[in-house]
Amino acid sequence: MPRLSADRRHQVSFTLNGRAAAGEAEPRMLLTDFLRHVIGATGTHVGCEHGVCGACTVQINGHPARACLTLAVQVQGADIKTVEGLAPAPERLSVLQESFREHHALQCGFCTAGILMSLDSLFRDKPDAAEAEIRETLAGHLCRCTGYAPIMKAAVAAQKKLRTGTEGPANA
Amino acid sequence: MKPAAFDYVRAEGATEALEVLHAEGANARVLAGGQSLLPMLNMRLARPAVLVDIMAVTEWRRVDDDGSHLRIGAAVRQVEIEQRADLARRQPLLAAALPWVGHAQTRSRGTVCGSVAHADPSAELPLVLVALDGRVHLRSRRRARQVPATGFFTGMMATARADDEIIEAVSLPCAKPGTGYAFREVSRRHGDFAIIACAAVVGERGARLAVGGVADRPVTRDLPAPGSPGLPDALNQFAWDLDARDDLHATARYRREMVRRIGREVIEEAQRCRA
Amino acid sequence: MSTSAPPTWVGRSLPRVEDAALLTGRGRYIDDLGAPPGTLHAAILRSPHAHASVESIDTARARELPGVAAVLTGADIQKLTTSLVVGVKAPVECWPIGVGRVRYVGEPVALVLARDRYRAEDALDLIEVGYRPLPAVVDPRVALDGGSPVLHEGLGGNLASDRSFRYGDPERAFAEAAHRIAIEIEYPRSACTPIETYGVVAEYDPGIDAYDVLANFQGPFSLHAVIARALKVPGNRLRLRTPPESGGSFGIKQAVFPYIVLMGAAARATGRPVKWIEDRLEHLAASACATNRFTRLEAGVTNEGRITALAWDQVEDCGAHLRAPEPATLYRMHGNMTGAYDIRHVSIRNRVVLTNKMPTGLNRGFGGPQVYFALERLVQRIARTLSLDPLDVIRRNLVPADAFPYRTATGALLDSGDYPTTMAKALDQGGLAELRRKRDAARAAGRLYGIGYAAVVEPSVSNMGYITTVLTAAERRKAGPKNGAQATATINLDAVGSVSVHVASVPQGQGHRTVLAQVVADALGLRPQDIRVITDMDTAKDAWSIASGNYSSRFAPAVAGAAHLAATRLRERLARIAAAQLNVPAEEVLFEGGKVRAKANPDNALSFSRLAAASHWAPGTLPADTQNAIRETIFWTPPELTAPTDADEVNSSLCHGFIFDICAVEVDRTTAEVKIDRYVTMHDCGRILHPGMVAGQVTGGFAQALGAATLEEHAYAADGSFLTGTLADYLIPTVMEVPEPLVLHHETPSPFTPLGAKGVGEGNCMSTPVCIANAVADALDLDDISLPLLPARLAEHLHGPEPAPKTRPTALAAAPAKTGERRLFGEGQATVAAPAARIWAMLLDPNTLLAVVPGAHGIEKISDTQFRADVTLGIGPVKGRYRAEISLSDLDPPRAVTLTGGADGVLGFGRGRGHVTLREEGPDRTVIAYRYEAAIGGKVASIGGRLLDGAARVIIGQFFQALAAQAGGRRRGVGAWLRRLLGRP
Repeated sequence: MPRLSADRRHQVSFTLNGRAAAGEAEPRMLLTDFLRHVIGATGTHVGCEHGVCGACTVQINGHPARACLTLAVQVQGADIKTVEGLAPAPERLSVLQESFREHHALQCGFCTAGILMSLDSLFRDKPDAAEAEIRETLAGHLCRCTGYAPIMKAAVAAQKKLRTGTEGPANA
Repeated sequence: MKPAAFDYVRAEGATEALEVLHAEGANARVLAGGQSLLPMLNMRLARPAVLVDIMAVTEWRRVDDDGSHLRIGAAVRQVEIEQRADLARRQPLLAAALPWVGHAQTRSRGTVCGSVAHADPSAELPLVLVALDGRVHLRSRRRARQVPATGFFTGMMATARADDEIIEAVSLPCAKPGTGYAFREVSRRHGDFAIIACAAVVGERGARLAVGGVADRPVTRDLPAPGSPGLPDALNQFAWDLDARDDLHATARYRREMVRRIGREVIEEAQRCRA
Repeated sequence: MSTSAPPTWVGRSLPRVEDAALLTGRGRYIDDLGAPPGTLHAAILRSPHAHASVESIDTARARELPGVAAVLTGADIQKLTTSLVVGVKAPVECWPIGVGRVRYVGEPVALVLARDRYRAEDALDLIEVGYRPLPAVVDPRVALDGGSPVLHEGLGGNLASDRSFRYGDPERAFAEAAHRIAIEIEYPRSACTPIETYGVVAEYDPGIDAYDVLANFQGPFSLHAVIARALKVPGNRLRLRTPPESGGSFGIKQAVFPYIVLMGAAARATGRPVKWIEDRLEHLAASACATNRFTRLEAGVTNEGRITALAWDQVEDCGAHLRAPEPATLYRMHGNMTGAYDIRHVSIRNRVVLTNKMPTGLNRGFGGPQVYFALERLVQRIARTLSLDPLDVIRRNLVPADAFPYRTATGALLDSGDYPTTMAKALDQGGLAELRRKRDAARAAGRLYGIGYAAVVEPSVSNMGYITTVLTAAERRKAGPKNGAQATATINLDAVGSVSVHVASVPQGQGHRTVLAQVVADALGLRPQDIRVITDMDTAKDAWSIASGNYSSRFAPAVAGAAHLAATRLRERLARIAAAQLNVPAEEVLFEGGKVRAKANPDNALSFSRLAAASHWAPGTLPADTQNAIRETIFWTPPELTAPTDADEVNSSLCHGFIFDICAVEVDRTTAEVKIDRYVTMHDCGRILHPGMVAGQVTGGFAQALGAATLEEHAYAADGSFLTGTLADYLIPTVMEVPEPLVLHHETPSPFTPLGAKGVGEGNCMSTPVCIANAVADALDLDDISLPLLPARLAEHLHGPEPAPKTRPTALAAAPAKTGERRLFGEGQATVAAPAARIWAMLLDPNTLLAVVPGAHGIEKISDTQFRADVTLGIGPVKGRYRAEISLSDLDPPRAVTLTGGADGVLGFGRGRGHVTLREEGPDRTVIAYRYEAAIGGKVASIGGRLLDGAARVIIGQFFQALAAQAGGRRRGVGAWLRRLLGRP
């Protein structure tokens, strides 16, 4: 692969929420800035830019990842999922999103997108994740509003609903 | 808080990566998972001229288990090791320490070798490597060599790696029958840098304790067997020899106390695990 | 529309109307809104020094960088603005950027405007600032000493305000008291640290001399006047808007206002829109935090534990500038200095001090945490001293149930409550009996288990006049009275009769839109989903007052109340219009289920929307005496909030909730880690409008308070270096650290608010830190305890004397005495095979220095004893280029010399002094011995403190290693010496 020079913008093509997407970025551009200001997907938020707060968490090839610790050029060819890709339709919420609303698991909503992306990935990979594992996944996120208790409740309730959905109502 | 400018090369093979390192030396940094490097780039603490992304180098994406050793390639992410079904059996110390490395959201990107290369004195993976007497496999355009982990870490974020070398793999011995392993860490919050991390290996020939977060690198010492009368004194001497420092999160005294107390607890736990 | 309407929408935990957008990534926070074409992006160069005079700023190279439009310094900003007004009568200035002087780490020094943020930060690296470091002061009590460095010469010292107050007859009460029991507290700095940082987009139109600013400012809008004045325009030429969403604030986003001035001036200077999004490093170092405070509190106490008098001595540290509305943190609680207790004799001395730290501002709990930490620790100390149960001391002092409304000694009017009953319910429902059994069992087993309590009055709806208590009565008379708490709400009916509500409440996640929809739906007989609520604010078009904004927990008691009043007034007018059409008296008109009907005859009805549209379509049909019903704006201010009296009594807040907390902890004997076993928090916050949101306020406030108690501190070293510049050092609790508290309620509606509600958001920030501390003190049997509850500090009480090592390590450095201290000391020696005279000659030779100064690129000899060099220093990937200066002094050839050196670069600075002695042990054998001390500060100290000391040792070690190597050739002995030097085992 040719060397991408620092002072030029380079084409980055990837899949965003199931659709082809592309934009131009200098090598140093962070994935957060690329998604938000080049692609226009502002649902992914920036909280610390050093990988601690978790607000910018997206899924890269199915795994949760800090977009602020990822360069745009690194996602060439990757499959990216962001909060904008969670809802089944514009006017509907996913089970996880609905559970957050129901349990008042968000207030200002700034950290929420990252948390949803981590939980979405966890429940897909490990539908039966124990509560301790859910908690450990959430430990990678800072929320200043809720005190976390409603988030845990929303996560556990969503997991239950998702499991019931796959296993059928008989197991509910 | 944005990185300074750099060129970017996504290496498609080992040769290409090594060529760049050869040509650029200290001006190049290897970009693997980026979970330690990117914060430094964002804060402009590091200003490399070029980043060499090695995650597409297939030969470095391998994990080999030859029965006696686990060899982890440069582009293997921490999560890939963590999710190996037999990890707790093959190398329980690594299995115990991995969940303490950052958070799930950083282990999904971060590599094992990247953490070793970064050589943070509080990091768990260098500690495990040292505790197990693992080896670091270095390669440059000109040569390949192996360095024992105990000699690889030379100080705070300093290693025996030359500027044109890459850590192409680390290898660590698999669990041996009759040997017990234990790991424990004290930190302010879950996922924080360790105030102290202890890894113990107890076998036929006695106990070995490795301590991270106290000295300027992970340090290991052979100690009397658990239960033997000399252990408290030896632990105390070890605690003092690490030359602990005060910082914002703990005092030197506290760190020494933890070496003595947690050190003994992990040795005892490793002893119990021998069964 | 619903046929069986519920009794009221208020009081139900409806799903929030805000959530669908926030959950799907469609929220509109400031950085999501785009910026006008041609917008310049700002980056700010900030001081690495706690205190320095700015001798020179060279911006030439930065300005030449392609993509950079302008570089502005303090002098440029000063030309376009005036100083921000300061809250005390003192000849001091307060600029949003350093002007010739910097007084805290992080203070702005220069501003780059460029085509994007990346480029702007590139240019920051090219600005060269000549600082002359000045001594710094960080401890407020030390700052009061005559010999301390002075921050603002205009004050003549660091004391910005000193007022004494006296209520009742405290001298006599103390003289008659059976016991005098005192406590001293140093309350640390922390902040509620929203996850979204500050953001400002500013435009200036020179044609009309007007600013248009979008900022995630939270209020109070009294600061609008401060901003406009600083920008030198009348208020009507500062249009300040807020985005629809704001990512948390908790008070902190009040302090974006100096940056509004800065970006406004930048927009004017460049003629382009300017956008600035603060980054996390900027936020931690230079946004705002709560005050740290030294308090000495003494009580006069009877044998039974009845407190008869209190004497407060508070030294408030507001940091480097007294920025509006400070010193409000100190005075917000003034009416409440007796907490939940009936204490009639009180003396207070309040001093406000400036130090070389970040200026302080609003932060959730605002003044409460500092006051209650002292008061509730004192209550526990009284119990301990008199061998009483702390619960008995609390009970014997609570304001009696029949005393409401109760006027406190310092002037607050406690609106409603039943503290004894509320407390008894908390003990019962919180399971105190069980916790006591657990404590007994744990202690019997040798474990460390403790229980703590806190009783707290939570003030809400601030009196805009309380801050004037800092002035004397005579000064207040001169300045004119200030009081009240204007809340506004506007209800609008459009041409199809749909309802919208506008308020100036500026929420940051508190669900105002949901609650207001409930309130207005109740008043108009509609469903909440029929009501559209707009909470983004525009000072050019909205109804607002200086009290507008989101602070002092005023939403539920004041803003929701104002909306209720506006809706009610509109309904009354609609009823008159309907009455004419329905042919019934207006009093007989009922609003219900989307209909407006006659009370007696459900079939005699109109649709609400048809009636509501009537004023648009057919104003001529309205009854003659009735105004149209299109828009109704209410301004509501409670009459109880009067100005301070001449005796300095002040009703500082309108509402007073009551909280009683119980905390049970276990402390780990090995690690001294604190584990909360149970936390019970009982609240009387008046009428609850939305139980789900009240629960969210309580659990959220609890988590922040737990952080303040156990993890968080804005820490500064003695030299003013800022030590917690990243989220890896400023530790915010995660889900792992925060247990779920048991939340209990007891409702006594406030008689002073339209809906009976009181504030609820801040109480746990006041009650929880001290409650946890009381529990830990109980577990460890301690008299004194300080925050944050660092395990290493608690461990000192657990671990007993330390065993000495058999052999002392040959470590180089004596450990610094104080945690976080940035000063390094070291010593070492080496033997080299060379005569002393040769080594001496080398020391004075620039070529030697070139060889031994780590990373030196070139060395310039200024004089025989002064050298200058460009050096690259660092460890691992952390490398930076520095300008280094070394000078030699105290020359005693060939025996001794002192090397003084310093290095400055974009990553920070270091200063050091080393004394080197040469001792000949033989003809060709010299021992070089050295001692050094060094200090490091700036960016690296703030963000890499964990690694810094080690790195500095390595670098200083490299210097002396190279010196020895240079002198003695590459000898094998040096390696061993180096290992000793670096303290390796």
